[in-house]
Amino acid sequence: MKKYLLPSIKITVACLVLFAGIYPLLIAAVGKLAPGGGDGEKVMVNGKVVGYANIGQKFTADKYFWGRPSAVDYNAAGSGGSNKGPSNPDYLKTVQDRIDTFLVHNPGVEKNEIPAELVTASGSGLDPDISPEGAYVQITRVAAARKMPAAAVRQLVDASIRKPLLGMLGPSKVNVLKLNVALDKLK
Amino acid sequence: MNAEILGVVVTFLLSVALAVPLGRYIAKVFAGEKNSTDFMGPLERLIFRFCGIDPTKKMDWKSFLKALLTVNLVWLVYAFVMLLVQNRLPLNPDGNPGQTPDLAFNTAISFLVNCDLQHYSGETGVTYLTQLAVVTFLQFVSAATGIAALVGLLNAIREKTTNNIGNFWLFFIKSLTRILLPLCIIWAVFQVFNGTPASFAGKDTIVTLQGDTVNVSRGPAAGMIAIKHLGTNGGGWFGANSAHPLENPSYFTNMLQLIGQTLLPMAMIFAMGFYIRRKKLAWVIFGIMTIGMLCLLVPTVVSEVHGSPAIARLGVSQSTGAMEGKEVRFGPASTGYWSIITTIISTGSVNSMHDSSMPMSGLMQMLGMMINAFYGGCGVGILNYFIYIIIAVFISGLMVGRTPEFMGHKVEAREVKIAALVTLLSAFLIKAGAALAAYFVAHHPDMAWSVKPSGWLNNPGYHGFSEMLYEFTSSNANNGSGFEGLGDNNIFWNVSTGIVLILARFLPIIGPVAIAGILANKKYIPESAGTLKTDSLTFGAMTFAVILIINALSYFPALALGPLAEYFSM
Repeated sequence: MKKYLLPSIKITVACLVLFAGIYPLLIAAVGKLAPGGGDGEKVMVNGKVVGYANIGQKFTADKYFWGRPSAVDYNAAGSGGSNKGPSNPDYLKTVQDRIDTFLVHNPGVEKNEIPAELVTASGSGLDPDISPEGAYVQITRVAAARKMPAAAVRQLVDASIRKPLLGMLGPSKVNVLKLNVALDKLK
Repeated sequence: MNAEILGVVVTFLLSVALAVPLGRYIAKVFAGEKNSTDFMGPLERLIFRFCGIDPTKKMDWKSFLKALLTVNLVWLVYAFVMLLVQNRLPLNPDGNPGQTPDLAFNTAISFLVNCDLQHYSGETGVTYLTQLAVVTFLQFVSAATGIAALVGLLNAIREKTTNNIGNFWLFFIKSLTRILLPLCIIWAVFQVFNGTPASFAGKDTIVTLQGDTVNVSRGPAAGMIAIKHLGTNGGGWFGANSAHPLENPSYFTNMLQLIGQTLLPMAMIFAMGFYIRRKKLAWVIFGIMTIGMLCLLVPTVVSEVHGSPAIARLGVSQSTGAMEGKEVRFGPASTGYWSIITTIISTGSVNSMHDSSMPMSGLMQMLGMMINAFYGGCGVGILNYFIYIIIAVFISGLMVGRTPEFMGHKVEAREVKIAALVTLLSAFLIKAGAALAAYFVAHHPDMAWSVKPSGWLNNPGYHGFSEMLYEFTSSNANNGSGFEGLGDNNIFWNVSTGIVLILARFLPIIGPVAIAGILANKKYIPESAGTLKTDSLTFGAMTFAVILIINALSYFPALALGPLAEYFSM
């Protein structure tokens, strides 16, 4: 093996220069041209950063649309899911509690109208989206809290729905932060 | 057909459509024919001159493996030291600490062997320097090692009789300069333009719309995310891997990453067909692998789209499927597809938390890793399949009462023994590992490790057993995904899976290359009417049966205690 040792060390050095040096620097340089300059795309309100377009935020106030439960409390210093198994009794109790909380804050909503993603934690803990059903079911609450006509809020939700890729691939979704920013602008 | 299922179908078809021409290109590269990346020639010559390597030097299978193992040993030592002292090195804007020796041992091995099991979280466990100079670096070179090993094997079965299987260094460097680097640049550029960070800026602090102060981890992630899929490595920049909205921001990037990880494993099959001039054999193998993939995929997608029976009993709507551990932008169908692709192809990246998958999906994910040869990892997938072929050839030979032959060479006791040992090794490592872990949980729950055995499991009952079984299955398959609820950053898991990782990587490379090398040394017997046709559908079905029987016999009891029991209890 000895005769292969020196070439091995040298080829390691060569690969390090290429793949840990030149390659990431090249991609970082290209990234400067991308939206957000390779730092991540930000959402601004009145010139102030209020968040990252792709990173979800915690919303608990009635006047905002809520996102999904998060195992990391939406602090993007880390990320991760609950890793609860589907048959775990403690986990099912947690979900039941979330359903109860939702029903208390949304009087008039039936249990079977709540889409599962509003009471289950996302994989990253930072999911920025909910499904269109997840937004519709919150309209009455948000409109009441803001003393706005429900129709106006509904219109905003309709306008915020992002259709599947090319109109036919994957699910429809609503970015919660962008929807709430638009809502604040409305009033 | 709904948009989610259509998304899966289109993703799969695009992968195949790209893999065929790429396969033809790869065959040309390794045959030394003129091709579109010859402009890389000067760079390659420069590297060889710098390293003092003569790339035209012939190697027999023993020298080939010696070169391969030596360079891997150098990387292991290098990576281990870097991770230990990363806190004292530059490019650490978030001030992350050095790794403990057992964690560094596990991490260094794990990336070296293309597994990418991560017992740390990307945001806190590594620095920008080690993300690039250890993780990204190893992701490139470990994938190239797998491809080079496969090319060596193909050289052995391409020639009638030879003791030269080609130059390891040449195949290794060409895999990097002609295949991995160009593809990674394309994939990484797509990533940055779709929202993945690529700059060296550290953690950001922001005040949210509702007034909370939170941090946002970032970094030069795009380049690593490209190689983690194209090299079927799987280790993520962020803790949540490709479920993280910066690592995988949209359905488009999700498709891109799915195609990225499927591309080379599929292309290598077609490359093999072109290279050894047996296109029919390649298509039969591809067909069998695809049937196997579908057998695992369909039950998974059905159960994820259908939703959890336990959640259904709570009375909420599951029109969007089982959503615990999943992201809205991918949906349950594409997430189910990902969980199968990533487990059959030793990638191990995740876009959902597998720990929260339905029991049926968990079963299929584990089976995918146990079989480990439906497409399989970069290069090594075919090496694994080759072992099954040798066993199928042997059994078929016994059935018809002739000396078994493969590609014009007699398959004799020595080769079959190697193949059998490689197969049995997997079953041994997975089950012995899981048994040992279960023993500690049951009998020594208070061992003074940094996470006590009593605190390992994130879920009770059958699912808890599945967490341990999955971890060893993933390690043995060099996969790297996990039921991540498992408390695995402690000396037991770091050391035990580290040992499994290294055995399960190098023996399945040494075994097939040795078999091919030994076969190639033997006298060539021309094909006759009595020769077993290995490119026939009948033989394909025979191989599939061998795969089924070996894996059913090896793993059914263990699976019955975990995911099967959970499935029937829900």
